[in-house]
Amino acid sequence: MKAKLVLEDGTIWEGSCFGATGESYGEIVFNTSMAGYQEILTDPSYKGQIVAMTYPLIGNYGINSEDVESRKPFVEGFIVKEYSRIASNWRSQKSLDEYLKENNIIGIEGIDTRALTKHIRLKGAMRAVISTKDLNEDSLIKKAKESPGLIGKDLVKDVTSKKLQVWNEKGKYKVIVLDCGVKFNILRELANNDCKVTFLPAKTDAKTILGLKPDGLLLSNGPGDPEGVPYVVETVKELLGKLPIFGICLGQQMLGLALGGKTYKLKFGHHGANHPVKDLKTGKIYITVQNHGFCVDMDSLKKEDIEITHVNLNDNTLEGFKHKKFPVFCVQFHPEASPGPHDAQYLFGEFVNLMQKTKAKS
Amino acid sequence: MPKRTDIHKILIIGSGPIVISQACEFDYSGTQACKVLKSEGFEVILLNSNPATIMTDPLIADKTYIEPITPEIVERIIERERPDAILPTLGGQTALNVTVQAAEAGTFDKYNVKVIGANIKAIKKAEDRELFKKAMQKIGLDLPRSGKAHTLKEAFEVVEKIGVPVIIRPSFTLGGTGGGVAYNIEEFKELAKTGLESSMISQILIEESVIGWKEFELEVMRDTRDNVVIICSIENFDPMGVHTGDSITVAPAQTLTDKEYQKMRDAAIACIREIGVETGGSNIQFAVNPDNGRMVVIEMNPRVSRSSALASKATGFPIAKIAAKLAVGYTLDEIPNDITKETPACFEPTIDYCVVKIPRFTFEKFPEADTTLTVSMKSVGEAMAIGRTFKEALQKGLRSLEIGVDGLADLKHEVSESKLIEKLRTPNAERIFYIKHALKNGLDIDEIYKHTQIDRWFLHNIKEIVELEQKIIEVGNNKKLSSELLLKAKQFGFSDKQLAKILKTEEEVIRKLRTKFGIKAVYKLVDTCGAEFEAYTPYYYSTYEKENESCN
Repeated sequence: MKAKLVLEDGTIWEGSCFGATGESYGEIVFNTSMAGYQEILTDPSYKGQIVAMTYPLIGNYGINSEDVESRKPFVEGFIVKEYSRIASNWRSQKSLDEYLKENNIIGIEGIDTRALTKHIRLKGAMRAVISTKDLNEDSLIKKAKESPGLIGKDLVKDVTSKKLQVWNEKGKYKVIVLDCGVKFNILRELANNDCKVTFLPAKTDAKTILGLKPDGLLLSNGPGDPEGVPYVVETVKELLGKLPIFGICLGQQMLGLALGGKTYKLKFGHHGANHPVKDLKTGKIYITVQNHGFCVDMDSLKKEDIEITHVNLNDNTLEGFKHKKFPVFCVQFHPEASPGPHDAQYLFGEFVNLMQKTKAKS
Repeated sequence: MPKRTDIHKILIIGSGPIVISQACEFDYSGTQACKVLKSEGFEVILLNSNPATIMTDPLIADKTYIEPITPEIVERIIERERPDAILPTLGGQTALNVTVQAAEAGTFDKYNVKVIGANIKAIKKAEDRELFKKAMQKIGLDLPRSGKAHTLKEAFEVVEKIGVPVIIRPSFTLGGTGGGVAYNIEEFKELAKTGLESSMISQILIEESVIGWKEFELEVMRDTRDNVVIICSIENFDPMGVHTGDSITVAPAQTLTDKEYQKMRDAAIACIREIGVETGGSNIQFAVNPDNGRMVVIEMNPRVSRSSALASKATGFPIAKIAAKLAVGYTLDEIPNDITKETPACFEPTIDYCVVKIPRFTFEKFPEADTTLTVSMKSVGEAMAIGRTFKEALQKGLRSLEIGVDGLADLKHEVSESKLIEKLRTPNAERIFYIKHALKNGLDIDEIYKHTQIDRWFLHNIKEIVELEQKIIEVGNNKKLSSELLLKAKQFGFSDKQLAKILKTEEEVIRKLRTKFGIKAVYKLVDTCGAEFEAYTPYYYSTYEKENESCN
């Protein structure tokens, strides 16, 4: 079945449909990971986005029940060059096509994804619509232009958990995860580091969090614009200095805002598994996983309070900072990987050390 | 860390004569290294016995010795030239072997020559199978069960414990010569004997057979600050049991989930660190059990290899060049990525196409030779093709072999059913064509898999080529060929000539039809980054897509 991807600047991309049929809109972004499409589909940070894979052959190893990063896939649409009609892997349980159908996600194949990627690189991430039921180009351009986009929108409310949940009951360190769309691998990593993980809806206030007497707080990744979730930023402000805090991705952006900094939108974001990040203290370079469209403005942070700890070697953007007085640190990349390299996994250990040190002091 | 200032003059060892398993790829890597080191201000002394190479051209090194590559000659050159360092990792196995021999003769200590790239200890640890096994066990990596033997009697004791089939691998040889697979005790006796004879130190390794498992390779780079990156993953079309040099190989890996790929990546990084290759590239091979995913380490080359030449071309990341820079002290973040200019070489290339390498054999010139493919390499060359899909790259690669086929062609002769099964079961140069024949004759993928153990993903892709060809045959006439079908055929890698043959017409007719429909080749960039950054000095491959990136 024919399907069209139409961008708000009027460019038309025609392909054929796999997965679900229908119509959907979102911001179009590209991801350069060569494997890991299942993790990408289920990463809640992709809420509000249509993802195009730069690697052309997708679906090769099917779908299994283990490699999920959340309760369901959150992408608004999935664009590939060639969808594999065979799923070949000993862990595969179903095809990508079946999976997308079950979850009502439209896939399009047969798109020149390299040309699309270059277009996004040059023109920036933009609003887009994909459809199998309306192939009228003028109508689709209009729909793309009228779609809400990401700026200032609260997408966290669509992905956060509805109630308190606990992982690894027996863990030694009590960690609260403020769930703005947390990836399961963050929870798995915390559990592997002997943490009892309690994750709470993003709207939980500071008093409730402190009332649970946690050893530390993890501010999770999540979708969209950090300025769209002022209520979380307020919570973070109240909690600064009261307990160890570790922020990841959106978590870093919310910390940046809570500390008086500014965030801005990157032209087309970082979405991939090969970004070199330098640890400024050790000089070591980690190949990191990234998935963000917004970034904290390095110069907006108060030098007397903040120490820059990590930078991206591709474009010198801010990748991590810590507070000089409070037990607070964060990174823009994804130490939990999944998909992608495990180079930065050690940061979970550092979070545990920080909780241990803080505990010993009190 | 900037360039080392304690070394000024470097001796590079070439790979000597062109033989099976050691051909122009080492000329390519050695030449790159000479050029880079010269441009960095080092005085480069080159030893290579083969004057028919680029690297021995007068302007490549400062001084070139065309002499036999022996430890004695190495010593005499060192005595005369007094280099500060020797770089042995760019001249294939020959260079590594002679370096180990010279080190054991005390030459480097005597003249105070530093071995850069990989040190002697690391080379030995990677090359000596027993040391390698211990090192891998130490870091918790799984290996095939194995034992070593120096005599035939020892060999029999080992095989008794493991049971047949086993693989026999002699230590310190070229391209696996003298090795083989023994399915029974008679074969074992024969192979153990020749193996012991061909090993430089009369040592063989006897190993649990992982024949039929999926085979993968990772190209790894490390710098003096212990930064490690993976340049490329390669999946072998032919499963374990066929030498990588004789296998059709594909980049990147196609059938691993990210979880499995990252496990392999972690293992490769742990491996290069434990072996202690200080700087430069290494190649690490893995086997994966297709039924349960058990992953074992097979071997490591602590040097630039045939696969790194392939990986360099496949990704646009010049491994030998970067390896030479790392050997003289630079770190990965200090070296710019030549293609993007603005981003550093410290990253992992991502590719947005599929690369297929197909070995080229010349059995027709050696009528007596056994054409069965084994763990000893027999191919004399290879063709590498790039396409947006595996199907496209496979067909481009096949016609680039210059063996008289225009793509995935039909067999030119009749085949009985029993012969067909035999040709599927026993790896051979034409197996890919027999797979096509099997599909056309109604064998299903599971059955072909049972005989070949070639991953179903590859078989399915071949089936898609075969089915499209059937569809075109059914159309029967170029006048009825639709624009959609012709475009699809081009995207599946069919050449005009190939289509003309199928439709019993002339190449020119198909070409004209294509022009009429506006279907023409476009050229896309190899840029290391999947179009994420602008590319400045890239190269192109042809395909059939929407956008053309070359100027018209």
